[in-house]
Amino acid sequence: MAVEAPTAPATLSKEEVLRYSRHLIMPEVGMEGQLKLKQAKVLMVGAGGLGAPLGMYLAAAGVGRIGVVDFDVVDHTNLQRQIIHGSKDVGRKKLDSAAETMLDINPYVQIDRYDVALSSENALELFKEYDMVVDGTDNFPTRYLVNDACVLLKKPNVYGSIFRFEGQATVFAYPGGPCYRCLYPEPPPPGLVPSCAEGGVLGILPGLIGVVQATEAVKLILGTGEPLVGRLMLYDALAMRFRELKLRRNPECPACGDHPTITKLIDYQEFCGLGRGQEEVVETTGDIDPVEVKQKIDRGDSFVLIDVRETHEHQICNIPFAKLIPLGELPKRVNELNTTDEIVAHCKSGVRSAKAVDFLKQSGFKRVRNMKGGILAWSDKVDPSVPKY
Amino acid sequence: MAKVLIPTPLRQYADKKDTVELSGATVGEVLAALTTQFGDLRKHLFNDEGKLRSFVNVYLNDEDIRYLDKDKTAVKDGDTLSIVPSIAGGSYGG
Repeated sequence: MAVEAPTAPATLSKEEVLRYSRHLIMPEVGMEGQLKLKQAKVLMVGAGGLGAPLGMYLAAAGVGRIGVVDFDVVDHTNLQRQIIHGSKDVGRKKLDSAAETMLDINPYVQIDRYDVALSSENALELFKEYDMVVDGTDNFPTRYLVNDACVLLKKPNVYGSIFRFEGQATVFAYPGGPCYRCLYPEPPPPGLVPSCAEGGVLGILPGLIGVVQATEAVKLILGTGEPLVGRLMLYDALAMRFRELKLRRNPECPACGDHPTITKLIDYQEFCGLGRGQEEVVETTGDIDPVEVKQKIDRGDSFVLIDVRETHEHQICNIPFAKLIPLGELPKRVNELNTTDEIVAHCKSGVRSAKAVDFLKQSGFKRVRNMKGGILAWSDKVDPSVPKY
Repeated sequence: MAKVLIPTPLRQYADKKDTVELSGATVGEVLAALTTQFGDLRKHLFNDEGKLRSFVNVYLNDEDIRYLDKDKTAVKDGDTLSIVPSIAGGSYGG
């Protein structure tokens, strides 16, 4: 991407020359490149797993203006991978914690803080100030929103996504290149693709994928090398293998095709089949509170409590009364349950057990309920000795 | 025989395997052999009309079969078929 011509000639101070000397002595960057970095404006969406290395390296590299969009608060489960935050930051806004780390690394950059949820109402306004957007949120509604906004504004979108031990990265909406909708026109229905909260993630993985995103952002600013455009990089940490697949712009793409039908931003929660902000909490009519489940156990009621989490999650913590049947094994093991039994299903937070309840109802079970809030709520309301994860 | 690479989110429906060797003259035949061997995979790959789901892409070696001959794309011995579903690890809200 060609960075717009600077409005005022930028220079580096003596301190900056010293700081960036390892860039300056390299012909691929040099003074010209370092000044391009200083004049560049990059917006990062999300200061979490992918945003952590992104923010730190973009600041360290001397990207002059970095916008950060995040409205979340640091919690203990973030620290296994979100290295821009420390233990002392638990309870603070990620935005403040991230900006503090970035400015500690490099006080010569400007950090613009946006304490908002990115939405169809504010995305275009936010994006237009910047040369490119780096999406570190890794959820479907935001991903389609960032994609469409970047296509509409013709700004590159540096993409990364992770799951357990696997990651993907590429650059979308680069002139002539494909966009996310060329790759996946539609999102999967909610619940079918587990999030890291459900599926887990190797803490180092977002580090690697976020660094790939940061590398691509810096390359785009410098206009050097071969950008990751039209190529989807796949990374498998377990096999320690990188692969590359070809991506093509789809002339029929609704966003960036020859006759686009998406000419303004839409409701992305609805597009992704989600109620507003309700991804983690699936309400079903058949919910049962953990306290009531405990009472049923204590009374010796005749019912079956099934734990539909994975075996390794069961090893972290469990309700001894519960029978472990991981969700993926439920179809095969459904004969271990009796359709006339009263069944309560639980998982970590209630999403997977809601799916188990739906499956069991479809399989002819009549008395099936979902334990609301999962074992996390059990730890809150019934037995605080059960560790949360 | 073609090598089919199963992505992490779908391995639970394929006996936890990451790779399966299958035979078939076309992409369609290889995928049919795959879902015959692992019945649970079918609904994750295909919709009710038997078409590939819009959030699942299939690549023959490094090329998207949508830009080849789709399910009729010829498969040779030693080819690699990758199933690449959309993934999203982050939770909504940051």
